[in-house]
Amino acid sequence: MDRRFPFKVLEHIFSFVDSNEDRNSVSLVCKSWFETERRTRKRVFVGNCYAVSPLKVARRFPKMRSLTLKGKPHFADYNLVPDGWGGYAWPWIEAMAARRPLLEEIRLKRMVVTDECLEKIAASFRDFKTLVLTSCEGFSTDGIAAIASTCRKLRDLELRECIVDDLGGDWLSYFPETSTSLVSLDFSCLDSEVKLSDLERLLSRSPNLKSLKLNRSVTLDVLESLLRRAPQLVELGTGSFSDELDPEEIAKLTKALSELKQLKSLSGLWDLLPEYIPLLYSVCPRLTSLNLSYATVQMPDLIDLLSRCSKLQKLWVMDLIEDKGLKTVALCCKELRELRVFPSGADLDETDVTLTEQGLVSVSEGCKKLESVLYFCVQFTNAALVSIAKNRPNFRCFRLCVMEPFAPDYRTQQPLDEGFKAIVEKCKDLRRLSVSGLLTDKAFEYIGVHAKKLRMLSIAFAGDSDLMLHHLLSGCQSLKKLEIRDCPFGDTALLENAAKLETMRSLWMSSCFVSFGACKQLSQKMPRLNVEVIDEHPPKTRPDSSPVERIYIYRTVAGPRLDTPEFVWTIHKSPEVGVSRLSIR
Amino acid sequence: MITELEMGKAESELELGLGLSLGGGTASKIVKPGGGGAWGERGRLLTAKDFPSVGSKRAADSASHAGASPPRSSQVVGWPPIGSHRMNSLVNNQATKKEDDGKKQAKDDETKDVTKKVNGKVQVGFIKVNMDGVAIGRKVDLNAHSSYENLAQTLEDMFFRTSPGTIGLTGQFTKPLRLLDGSSEFVLTYEDKEGDWMLVGDVPWRMFITSVKRLRVMKTSEANGLAVRHQDPKERQRNKPV
Repeated sequence: MDRRFPFKVLEHIFSFVDSNEDRNSVSLVCKSWFETERRTRKRVFVGNCYAVSPLKVARRFPKMRSLTLKGKPHFADYNLVPDGWGGYAWPWIEAMAARRPLLEEIRLKRMVVTDECLEKIAASFRDFKTLVLTSCEGFSTDGIAAIASTCRKLRDLELRECIVDDLGGDWLSYFPETSTSLVSLDFSCLDSEVKLSDLERLLSRSPNLKSLKLNRSVTLDVLESLLRRAPQLVELGTGSFSDELDPEEIAKLTKALSELKQLKSLSGLWDLLPEYIPLLYSVCPRLTSLNLSYATVQMPDLIDLLSRCSKLQKLWVMDLIEDKGLKTVALCCKELRELRVFPSGADLDETDVTLTEQGLVSVSEGCKKLESVLYFCVQFTNAALVSIAKNRPNFRCFRLCVMEPFAPDYRTQQPLDEGFKAIVEKCKDLRRLSVSGLLTDKAFEYIGVHAKKLRMLSIAFAGDSDLMLHHLLSGCQSLKKLEIRDCPFGDTALLENAAKLETMRSLWMSSCFVSFGACKQLSQKMPRLNVEVIDEHPPKTRPDSSPVERIYIYRTVAGPRLDTPEFVWTIHKSPEVGVSRLSIR
Repeated sequence: MITELEMGKAESELELGLGLSLGGGTASKIVKPGGGGAWGERGRLLTAKDFPSVGSKRAADSASHAGASPPRSSQVVGWPPIGSHRMNSLVNNQATKKEDDGKKQAKDDETKDVTKKVNGKVQVGFIKVNMDGVAIGRKVDLNAHSSYENLAQTLEDMFFRTSPGTIGLTGQFTKPLRLLDGSSEFVLTYEDKEGDWMLVGDVPWRMFITSVKRLRVMKTSEANGLAVRHQDPKERQRNKPV
């Protein structure tokens, strides 16, 4: 007797399963569950575009409506991955255009997207609604114009920190003349000016627009006119906030800002002048997200702003906030969940900016809901880390960047091992961790023992030996992404923990002691890993014991990729072949 | 009192170069040290000794900053780990500050225009540099440079530095390249906003940084046909490199 649930019932039950992790688990139960799940999955996420072939993905999920892809390794953000490494969106766009024309949403991160890609999207997906490109490159404003003009149902067009060949602001005039369905528009990373009249008219005919992020070249004197046409905004990214305004203009802008009754998120604010801070007072009490990381405002002016933001959940700011400002945050922003403090370079300038470990300690004391931190600081102490860990065991993401490599605890001159031990011991839900400062193998032993839920770990200038890597690979059960630079080990630990690598998405190691020979061995041992050597010199011309500049190892069911540039070698599986670099260019 | 890190491998005689520009490209290589060994033209791991300013306020460094000082953490490739958009903004801020400091006294419209320009319109940041025969391109931060000489020095360090270990302390190299005066086998060229390739050095520095799109270190033999130095701009031949 057939004891399986009817397909329709299963389908209905699965419609309540949203997260991709859960759906992945569901698909492993049995064949019929696999089949039902794959036929009902609408949102597809591929964390490494080379882990699987576009064709396979297109075939597996016939009801796909949304595709999210990530390309280059995370360290590409810091210029550690040479240009031309890969991460091309084209094969994916092409495959989806041919097989999944009902696709509505495409989100890409760290990929190379050409104008050709954008034109293909515009031409192929009739109901296309959402394009979000984060840290992508390779396209120009012409490609954006194609999307704007052709995608009649476009809702979201967001370019976040992309490198765009900016040919001018004309693209903005390509949106349909009749009312648009735009809900969010983010062109903050573009350089060139857009025509004010184009922007005004676009806003007037986009009644659904909730999120607008302007670029820096939109000057302050035109902001009022724009806001008047979009009082329903929930998210606003201003342009430059430093231009001279006369008193009448100031009054008008103040009024326009106070009319934004739904505004919850504010960003942009380039070069915010202290005298303009009062203009923002009206929106502060409602703000849940404030990005001041481009506002060169210093203390004590920042206090006036922050003390009014009692509902703030997310704050991005520069170290100009100093310890004093963070104390204010600790007192006033009781809902804070995420804090990022970026370097302003002020210390290089010999300006007096007092941001120390004390600032983070204050916030960890005062903000009980704080769970995500990115903190750049010149130096730190173990005592501070221990306090922070005790105060806030609910951290999920803790990224500390002590900017001086190898900096010990500046009070005791000890490594920061004990401090990070406290973090991983107390914060049992820690998912993401970046460590810095002087660290020995001990620190990583602690991480291996305690950080059981850790998924992503970033390390630079740390450790003493292969033991460090061994602790991590043998201890951190949930580890999915590991990125390491400038650490003195490699071979032994890698080979001993080869099997672990198949349970992870990827491993990046640059400027470490990983030899070419070890790469070959690893690749032969593990058939479903791509072991990529990224190096100026062909590995074949060097002895096996010679270290390679960079390795990038990732699990894949797609085999070695075919689009490697001349400085990337995928180690072939069979020893006789050695190293292959197939290329279709 | 800085703990010295022990290197696991006794046989290592490794020399790893530092990119001298903020976040620029990859670490450059240095010639093999005596005895060669497996590494050859490889790198040495950076240790605490490379950052003697650890523990002290960097601004209080008594050593002069330009050229001769030991590498500061800001000079290590991709460090501190800030995305390039933010990095560009950071250096633009510093450039602005320098402008502002220099022009604090003169408060006329012209000043404001220039400042505005640096603030909003002219955003010079990292540009790509490729060299003939080198597969991996680099990136160099134009804002961190004040002159052609400066820039040439950085590029020479990036691609040709020969002295191991102590970077920049002596500022001396076995074979200074002289990319700018035509005396070496390489010349420095750039692509401007119109897509034309020109020899670097003919226009004033400030004009150069606003019009340059990318750089290329080209073999002198291939640079024929490019705008020759001191030639009338009207006579310039417009050639793209092969």
